[in-house]
Amino acid sequence: MPQIQIPSPLRQYSGKQASVEVPAKTVGEALDGLVSQHPELKRHLYTDEGKLRAFVNVYVNDEDMRYLQKEATKLQDGDTISIVPSIAGGY
Amino acid sequence: MLKIRQPIYDEIRRHGEETYPYECCGALLGRVEGDTRTVSGSVRCRNTRTDSASDRYEIDPVEAVRIQRDARTRGLDIIGFYHSHPDHPAQWSATDLAEAHWFGCSYVITSVEKGKAALTNSFELTGTDENNKKLADEKIEVISK
Repeated sequence: MPQIQIPSPLRQYSGKQASVEVPAKTVGEALDGLVSQHPELKRHLYTDEGKLRAFVNVYVNDEDMRYLQKEATKLQDGDTISIVPSIAGGY
Repeated sequence: MLKIRQPIYDEIRRHGEETYPYECCGALLGRVEGDTRTVSGSVRCRNTRTDSASDRYEIDPVEAVRIQRDARTRGLDIIGFYHSHPDHPAQWSATDLAEAHWFGCSYVITSVEKGKAALTNSFELTGTDENNKKLADEKIEVISK
């Protein structure tokens, strides 16, 4: 079953779990399963229009899903999905 | 409060001196207990903003993925990030706030003046979402041993 790694700032919305297992064949199914298990995560990951927030990066193992098949990316046994908010700034 | 051992504190300040006049950036690993984040290690990251590296920084998310994974195998977590402000105060900017998304984490800023690390400040990203987030002053306690 694919495992989703939850970054520390979002763990308060995932029952304090650092990783969540979700039965899914694609990244989209995995993310849907995640917010279905933990509804409070939804507004932190998605806009009101239902789009993934621009600063939320989703990786399948070490690959950005945007450069794979996005939500349609197929998952294999043992794949790990990581949710990583962007880290940037400056003055 | 951010607790950090002297060698790690020195290392992140040195990183800013080494990349001067460009911004450095990196991750802070450790544990959180209540309101105290205790740093047990830092990881240097590459500043991907090569177009404007003197006043912008960005960490490649894949680096964060790998750092997060390695940290967890050691029972640690990403508890904050650091970057430098070359010839600019160690104070968060509007850009720093707009681009900060790791709630409950520390954002450490070191001003580097003419190549020499000056003041280092820390700010905790507080709030519950993008609409009410703030970078709040946070005390740094440097532990000598």
